[in-house]
Amino acid sequence: MNSMKILHPGLLTTVQDKGRYGYQAFGVPVSGVMDRYSMYLANYLVGNNISEAVLEVTLMGPGIEFLCDTLIGVTGAGFKMFLNDEQVGINETIEVKKWDILSVRSPGEGIRGYIAFAGGIDVPVVMESKSTYIRGSFGGYKGRKLKEGDLLEIGKKPSKYLFRKIPSEIVKNVYEKDVLDTIIGPDIDKFTKDGIEVFLNSEYTITGQCDRMGYRLDGNKIEHADNADIISSPVQFGTVQVPGDGKPIVLMVDRQTSGGYAKIGCVSSVDLACLSQKKPGDKIRFREISVEQAQRNYRLMNDKIGRLFDDTNTRTWVKTFANWFKWK
Amino acid sequence: MSDCVYSHSGDSTVIIKIGSEISLENNRKTVQLTSKIINKAISGVIEVVPAYNSIGVVYDPSVVVLKKLLSILRKTEREEMDILTEKTETVHIPVIYGGSYGPDLGYVCAFNSLSPEEVARLHSEKEYLIYMMGFTPGFPYLADVNEAISTPRKETPREKIIAGSVGIAGNQTGIYPLDTPGGWQIIGRTPLKLFDANKNHPFLLKPGQYIKFVHIDEKEYFEIDSQVKNGIYSPVITYRECGVDI
Repeated sequence: MNSMKILHPGLLTTVQDKGRYGYQAFGVPVSGVMDRYSMYLANYLVGNNISEAVLEVTLMGPGIEFLCDTLIGVTGAGFKMFLNDEQVGINETIEVKKWDILSVRSPGEGIRGYIAFAGGIDVPVVMESKSTYIRGSFGGYKGRKLKEGDLLEIGKKPSKYLFRKIPSEIVKNVYEKDVLDTIIGPDIDKFTKDGIEVFLNSEYTITGQCDRMGYRLDGNKIEHADNADIISSPVQFGTVQVPGDGKPIVLMVDRQTSGGYAKIGCVSSVDLACLSQKKPGDKIRFREISVEQAQRNYRLMNDKIGRLFDDTNTRTWVKTFANWFKWK
Repeated sequence: MSDCVYSHSGDSTVIIKIGSEISLENNRKTVQLTSKIINKAISGVIEVVPAYNSIGVVYDPSVVVLKKLLSILRKTEREEMDILTEKTETVHIPVIYGGSYGPDLGYVCAFNSLSPEEVARLHSEKEYLIYMMGFTPGFPYLADVNEAISTPRKETPREKIIAGSVGIAGNQTGIYPLDTPGGWQIIGRTPLKLFDANKNHPFLLKPGQYIKFVHIDEKEYFEIDSQVKNGIYSPVITYRECGVDI
């Protein structure tokens, strides 16, 4: 059996995939990776399906001992990594032998890294996803973050030799962006004109209260038309809600499924990967973009990454999306 | 239905707002429109999420073009609703009140100058609409309790409330699907499981159903509890005409 052992878990290392869609109507958060493009690319490096489960590592990486030969790929934040004593690089396939030890140290830029394993990670599928939801104690590996001594089963190494590199134009400067394209609304009538102006023309600092559930921001107060309360309605990854104190909160992957604070905007899908790599103290701005333009950018990005997969006939996420649809 | 308003929540979700307030009628339209959209099985739509009086239609903009999606949604909205003919389900939730199962029952009694039997009777006589689900997996947002038993939240929340606990907070009543911290006044407990991630069908309830609390004693509690644990309990469900409030 192919497996690996966690020697030390790092700060927050969890199993995540595309997320748990189809169950928000029952109050189940989506979860999944914060930076989805890095997950796609990590899977590309090892010849996996585009949305196979990966390890999401945060700020301080894990130490992993391999109990089999395999291939791995690491993407996302620029983590410094060693295989045994030798430094190895992100964004290219790494060949690993039995008893090798991978240590993922700290990142230069960004905070989240993604490790894919050839053949994927073998954890139970809960509500059609392998993603860990820690607050609900389900999904991923035993519903929790990884601990020292955990043994995770992984897939089979491909029989064909494989070495891949991410083309540099795809990963160049992606995390340097600090102006985030944002679609205004849906609760625009809950804000004054000045409030929306302030939101679009101020710099906001990411506070220490930032995790997979949401990022609290500090900066100029956003003025409400009367108050911050709305009838609870569905919220998205990237929704910017503004509570009574006027300081925005961006909702992330482990958010609750609905929210009762007025929503001033939602960060575009493409720029969420970038926001997910920000850490406390980082400064961001919001820039208005139309829904249509945000969707063009999204399709461009999908095509860019999809082309890598087209060559290998593993571009299947579109089909998967369609199949997630259900009502029980 | 001319009172639907469409807006965008980002580049992958259309929000449909039905009316401007929480009401039985707006909520019924919300649940019905949700199920009509789901039945259309629109290619590119990932999921449909109803709330009190709004629906989030989550889609993949690389599969379905926004214009086309909006035109299908508007067409679906205009199709006739069967409000008068449809029947809704009432799920019966057995509850043991007081004792170690409901440590705050005494407080709720004192606050409202009622006996434990009266609180249990007032809590279990009404059928409550499930407006929506959220907060935690499997948690139902229910219609208001009888004002006579309304009680403010605890000043200091408990660190752990056991799954199945039934509580009151202000005018709200609810059931905790998971062990979680919480500040509700706990008056009883149900042996039923509202959420079990490992089951094929993880949820006991869904939006648009009604629930009715049924007062049980400890002997019945143990019987039902053991049936639930052995996977042989099926909840009692009755049917009611839609549009009639009790």
